[in-house]
Amino acid sequence: MKIYLPLDSAAVALGADEIAAAIHTHARAKGVTVDLVRNGSRGMVWLEPMAEVETAAGRVAFGPLTLSDVPALFGDLAAHPKALGLTDDLPWMKAQTRLTFARVGVIDPLSLADYKAHGGLTGLTRALGMDKAAMVAEVTNSGLRGRGGAGFPTGIKWKTVSEAQADRKYIVCNADEGDSATFADRMLMEGDPFTLIEGMAIAGLACGATKGFVYIRSEYPVAITVMQEAVRIAQAEGVLGASVLGAGPAFDIEIRVGAGAYVCGEETSLLNSLEGKRGIVRAKPPLPALEGFMAKPTVVNNVISLASVPVIFEKGAEHYKNFGLGRSRGTIPLQIAGNVKHGGLYEIAFGLTLGEIVDKIAGGTASGRPVKAVQVGGPLGAYFPRSLFDTPFGYEEFAGKDGLIGHAGLTVFDDSADMLGMARFAMEFCAIESCGKCTPCRIGAVRGVETLDRIARGDDAAKPLLTDLCNTMKSGSLCALGGFTPYPVMSALTHFPDDFNTMKEAAE
Amino acid sequence: MLDSVEVTSRVGEILNAHKGMEGPLLPILHAIQAEFGYVPQDALPIIAQDLNLSRAEVHGVMSFYHDFRENPAGNHVLKLCRAESCKSMGADRVAAHAQKALGIEWHETTKDGKVTLEPVFCLGLCACGPAAIVDGKLVGRVDEARIDAILGGLK
Repeated sequence: MKIYLPLDSAAVALGADEIAAAIHTHARAKGVTVDLVRNGSRGMVWLEPMAEVETAAGRVAFGPLTLSDVPALFGDLAAHPKALGLTDDLPWMKAQTRLTFARVGVIDPLSLADYKAHGGLTGLTRALGMDKAAMVAEVTNSGLRGRGGAGFPTGIKWKTVSEAQADRKYIVCNADEGDSATFADRMLMEGDPFTLIEGMAIAGLACGATKGFVYIRSEYPVAITVMQEAVRIAQAEGVLGASVLGAGPAFDIEIRVGAGAYVCGEETSLLNSLEGKRGIVRAKPPLPALEGFMAKPTVVNNVISLASVPVIFEKGAEHYKNFGLGRSRGTIPLQIAGNVKHGGLYEIAFGLTLGEIVDKIAGGTASGRPVKAVQVGGPLGAYFPRSLFDTPFGYEEFAGKDGLIGHAGLTVFDDSADMLGMARFAMEFCAIESCGKCTPCRIGAVRGVETLDRIARGDDAAKPLLTDLCNTMKSGSLCALGGFTPYPVMSALTHFPDDFNTMKEAAE
Repeated sequence: MLDSVEVTSRVGEILNAHKGMEGPLLPILHAIQAEFGYVPQDALPIIAQDLNLSRAEVHGVMSFYHDFRENPAGNHVLKLCRAESCKSMGADRVAAHAQKALGIEWHETTKDGKVTLEPVFCLGLCACGPAAIVDGKLVGRVDEARIDAILGGLK
């Protein structure tokens, strides 16, 4: 009997380890031999812990499981109280276009044989037969843009590093996924770590880099363990090391762990941290592509950007580019979070409207109350009201509405949300996490909290002051922390003015 | 507190284990904290000398990052997520309950040294919030009753 049960952090946080232990106990008692594979999550977090049993018809899902549901897994499966049917037939799975996440939840994350059996290493093998310029052109032609949030064309970044002259170059994977509502990097690393390793190896070949680092935040203990083990396996099996797949030049990967500083998700701050310094933002230029880690040419890419590279090489740039809308090509792993009925990861081509995502896919709020606001793009993203739910999901489309898609995380709030409180939290968070290098961020965030407190006390004159402060932070900050904190603050003030008038109304 | 001879000898071993690494300071500080539960002040000049840095530089790095402690934590560490997705599911209410139950604020340790309460900004459990991590164990959908159960289960 083969059973799949996720090792994914979300599944574990909902009791997957206890379910796994119970499965083993019952199997022993029943004298049944169970092959329990701890896989990645399929992304339906409301159904976690979700087990899958392999049957002649395919994998059948059961969830959300509690300990009392375990014994029935060894009886008549069709009669199991938590039976959901074939996993592949579930509406959430069927409607997706899984390119980057094709293997997540399907394979054993730490089985290289399983990885190869599902198309793994095909892209890297193809890349080994190409020259550097052709590899870079493949990425450029795919239209892939940085999935970390900035949306910079990945191919152009690679081209700069590839053409730079230096004795050493580096590939740095930014796995410091600190934005609330985002967990795609975590799920990918926990569920299909070899994809990231393969993507980094291709980047190494294309850019002439021989060393890669994955900088993972310390808040992701499961991802750290899985990635360390995957790198060890890849080294032992000759995927990484003195010669990539025994046919290419050298490329190796080292896993590094962050230390709880949000700002280290900013690429130059991350590089300083990796060098063993305070995670202070660097002024650009010089670009990291020319002077990055240890002042050498460095590609800094997000996990999802790098993990999308293998499928681009496996299926071709054209195949990838055919998905999407406008200048947002390919697919995007939406992370649906917060107060939602159906939360989790949903990979789809760019172009769905915000309303379709929130009302149809997420199914509205978990509390059953009306949706008030959706914050798109993490703590530095704007709050969208229902009147903007017709905005299509794309980089330019969201920028046109004074927002951003960032790392494609969405936090849904019901009508109990206090938007003045959320605006204050954005400023407070910026003040706590500011690296301190530039004044608009370091001082501005503190003044922002004070100004919002004045508004909360009914001081209307503080509103233009807040607007002015936000303009200063937006134009004067060195990086996105100070520069984008005005997005949640100003969107809350603009779209939810009533929440900023409460004290005055009370006084009247 | 630890005696300085023991610190010197263990820190020396940790430094040796990190020889040849590019940018080794964060991995070294993590290893020291894993060893002692905090980063003893006695360790800083030893690291500084080994990496050819000033003691101030090492202190500057250590104090920049939220993870590194100057003093030991309580026997148990409870971290509650304060970020937006968890807030949308009532994290503020849950945090207030935990603070009241423990009689402490953020970053404080109970008088008996049993529990340290810390905020964390995102554990990547944003679709099953509010989220917590207790002594390294992840917990999703935390409510007041869950907090009571967690605290009641701590030895």
